[in-house]
Amino acid sequence: MKYRSQRVAYLFFATSMLLFVLQIVFGFILGFAHMGYDGLHDLIPFNAARSSHLNLLVFWLLSGFMGAAYYIVPEEAERELVSEKLAVLQWAALVVVGVTAIIGFQFGWWEGRKFLEIPRPLDYLVVVDVLLFLYVVGRTALGAERFTTTGSVLLVGLTAAALLYLPGMITFESQVLDSYFRWWVVHLWVEGVWELIMGGILSFLLIKLTGVDRELIEKWLYVIVGFTFLSGILGTGHHYYYIGTPEYWLLVGGVFSALEPLAFLGMAMYAVTMARRGGMHHENRIALFWTVGCGVMSFVGAGFLGFAHTLPQVNLWTHGTIITAMHGHMAFWGAYAMLVLAMISYAMPNMTGRKRFKGSLPEWAFWTSNVGMMGMTGAFAVAGIAQVYMERRIGMDFLAVQEAVEVHFGGVVLAACLLTLGVVLFVWNFIQYGLPSDEAIERA
Amino acid sequence: MLTKSQARVFFLAGTVFFSAIFILLTIDTLRQVPERQNSEALTASVVRGKHIWDSNNCMGCHTILGEGAYYAPELTRVVERRGAEWIRIFLRDPEAMYPGKRRMVRYGFDEEQITDVIAFLDWIGHVDTNGFPPAPDMAPDVKLTSTAEVQASAARPAYFDTVCIACHAVGGRGGNVGPALDGVAHRMTASELDRWLADPQSVKPGTAMPKLGLADDTRAELVAWLGTLK
Repeated sequence: MKYRSQRVAYLFFATSMLLFVLQIVFGFILGFAHMGYDGLHDLIPFNAARSSHLNLLVFWLLSGFMGAAYYIVPEEAERELVSEKLAVLQWAALVVVGVTAIIGFQFGWWEGRKFLEIPRPLDYLVVVDVLLFLYVVGRTALGAERFTTTGSVLLVGLTAAALLYLPGMITFESQVLDSYFRWWVVHLWVEGVWELIMGGILSFLLIKLTGVDRELIEKWLYVIVGFTFLSGILGTGHHYYYIGTPEYWLLVGGVFSALEPLAFLGMAMYAVTMARRGGMHHENRIALFWTVGCGVMSFVGAGFLGFAHTLPQVNLWTHGTIITAMHGHMAFWGAYAMLVLAMISYAMPNMTGRKRFKGSLPEWAFWTSNVGMMGMTGAFAVAGIAQVYMERRIGMDFLAVQEAVEVHFGGVVLAACLLTLGVVLFVWNFIQYGLPSDEAIERA
Repeated sequence: MLTKSQARVFFLAGTVFFSAIFILLTIDTLRQVPERQNSEALTASVVRGKHIWDSNNCMGCHTILGEGAYYAPELTRVVERRGAEWIRIFLRDPEAMYPGKRRMVRYGFDEEQITDVIAFLDWIGHVDTNGFPPAPDMAPDVKLTSTAEVQASAARPAYFDTVCIACHAVGGRGGNVGPALDGVAHRMTASELDRWLADPQSVKPGTAMPKLGLADDTRAELVAWLGTLK
């Protein structure tokens, strides 16, 4: 690393690792329940495990994004963070909110709105925490003599993500409007402004790892995030097909959702082309693996599988079935989980000065986790397609169908074991790196 | 060739333009929603029901309007499908209705809360959802497991079609949690049926059959009709 204060990113990355492992634990509870083994029902009922699984995901990704921003912004602004102390305080507050939320879920302290289950009092704390975060990175960037496109796209994405959290805090008496504005948060995050964050981080990693000219990489960054908003904003319409909103959303949502894969295809081509152009010469090869893998898998999971599921004619039958879980797992993995893992793989050797990226351990982590996630997606697809035909098209009883697809959740759980092995190897590698060290600071 | 500043213009202009369209469509949607969701039917009871729905995180297992989790049934049209009476009995003790099957948390709602939940679900069921959930389009292509004619001389009580049928089949139609009731009149006399329906546990301790708390005339109607299934 170039600036001492970049080390604060370590706290966020370590938090991500811990929460990711916890997320997987709750995932297994859900998988076993779907297999018919709900032994923990009285202690951790399905809805508690499910809310924990989703919100741990959101927390560890946000923690990873914040860590990435604390690492990237000083380098792009060419100065130290304005206050490392405030950054540490902000980290502590994030952990307090996260831990309180997850414990609260186990005791039924929640809102019961998918992805936004955090109860209202904690929402305000989230807002304060995010404002503090934006203050530290924003002041660092604005007070700098230069600030790059990569850094700006990242910060605009983070600021917009914070603003878009607010519509989720409005109270509605109507389920229809509640749902309408819940998607302003969830959809415009993952298929909108989070892609700006993704584009910014990918751009930073590609500049560092491939040695391709910054101007070229940043030009294409604008094109890709341009396509993101061109398709993603009106693509929100694919959530408005069947919730009581007007019929024209079928057309608007259908057309613009069909364009959404373009942005992800752009990300994939961007990563692959730049990596080829620069050659795979960087000594931290595994960080480049994760970076290119993120581009490619985000296209498969978010782009291609999303497209398959959001055509109105298909979605009429698949809406609200296990097919959604199939798309969701691969999409979040490819676009955002792999992005954070790429950033960690790149930053850790620079922060600690230890070159732990060599050897078989990090590569095994990469391949087993990815093959595991592909296996899970396949098993979810089989269960989902069976459910759509038996329950939705033939009209069989819900529980009879669920019993029929239990066997496929056996497949989900087996593949999840492989994913878990990969993640455990990654976390072990992370622990091996140890803590950031002042000796790792590069002298200019 | 595209320059970086042209690329930036493409990004900024596209974002502003499509955001503006999105805001306009949102304004129009907000204008149309009151009619599509029957706002005048959105009573205080419905709002209380929504609060119960949210505060117990029902979406953590069920879907409504197709949104939520996929562990428990989609509930948008549940009042139409099951009837209010069935839902009331189910919510009093969710595990009694499907013994040994996937479990729902026993929330211990009082009767007033159950009324509010049903009001909420009934309101949701009347929202114009552009045809979701669709009726099963392949159902006519699938032969029923049994096509035996229902041997009944009297009209089926409405209660049977809304509650009993969830677990018991007659003539190949109905649930498979409890035994099929074809020919039940051969197996049980009218007084046995009456005692059974009044308090299943006193006849067969440990049975999964729930105590339904039937009114006397409903019970008499059911016993009379079941007596015709020979």
